[in-house]
Amino acid sequence: MPHARPLSPHLGIYKWQITMVLSIVHRLTGLFLCLGALLVAWGLIALASSDSAWSAFTAFCASWIGIVLLILWTFSLFFHLCNGIRHLFWDAGAGFEKPTYHTSGWVVVIAAVALTLCVWIWMLAGAHGGAA
Amino acid sequence: MSVKLHNAVAGDDMRTPLARARGLGSAKHGVGHWWAQRLTAIALIPLALWFVWMVLRLPHLDYAGAHGLVANPINALLLILFTATMFWHGQLGIQVVIEDYVHTRWIEITLLIVVKFLAVLGALACALAVLSVWLGVPSAANIP
Repeated sequence: MPHARPLSPHLGIYKWQITMVLSIVHRLTGLFLCLGALLVAWGLIALASSDSAWSAFTAFCASWIGIVLLILWTFSLFFHLCNGIRHLFWDAGAGFEKPTYHTSGWVVVIAAVALTLCVWIWMLAGAHGGAA
Repeated sequence: MSVKLHNAVAGDDMRTPLARARGLGSAKHGVGHWWAQRLTAIALIPLALWFVWMVLRLPHLDYAGAHGLVANPINALLLILFTATMFWHGQLGIQVVIEDYVHTRWIEITLLIVVKFLAVLGALACALAVLSVWLGVPSAANIP
C-alpha cells in the first residue's frame, strides 16, 4: 500500500454479542440455504425423470450425511425465516431499542431450535411408523 | 447542448467526475434491490412454511405417491412459486455477500454473472420439472 491509512477497528477487538452473532449467522444460513435450493432442484428433477433417479435422491436424503445436512437445512430455514421477520420489523422502524433487539434475538434462537425439534420429532416418529 | 453533452461524455472538459455526477440524482439501483429482497422475503414466509409442511409428508410416500403429491395442481402451483421466489431471493442475498467481500473487480463481476445465470437455470429447471410432473400424470393418480 502506498499510503498507510487509518483503519476502522476490526471484528477481533469487539466483545461477542448476540446481535453481531445473529447477523453473521443470518448470512451463513442464507448462503447454506442456497445450497439447499440445489437439493430442492435435484429432488424435483429426479421426480420428473424416473423411479430410479428418485430412489437415488431419497437414498442420499436417508444416508447419515443426508440426514445431518437436512437437520442443518431445517435449522437454517427456520432461523433465517424468524430472523428475517425480525429484519422486516426493523425495516418498518420497529424494535430498535437495545433491550428489544436483545430479546427478539433470543426469541429467534429459541423459536428456530423449537421448530427444528418439532419437525424432526415429527419426522422420526413418522418414519418409525413404517415408511420409506 | 449537444456540444456540452459530448464534452462531458468524452471527458475533455475541466470538471471532475464528481462534479459531473453531482445533482443528477442516484441511479436508484440500490432501492430496487432492497425492495425485491423484502418482497421475496415476505412471499417466502408462507411459501417456505408450506414447503416444509409438504416435505414432511414425503417420507410416507413412494415414487408414485410423491409424483401424485406434486401433480396436485395447487401443490404444483405453490412449488413453482416457492422455487422461483427462493432462487430470486437467494441470488439477491449472494449478490450482497459477493459485493461486500470480493474486492477484485473482475472476480466480483464474474461471480455475480455466474450466480445470476445459475439462479435462472435453477428456477427454470424446477418449474419445468414440476410442470412435467403436473401435466404428465392422469388426474386419477392425484393424491390430495
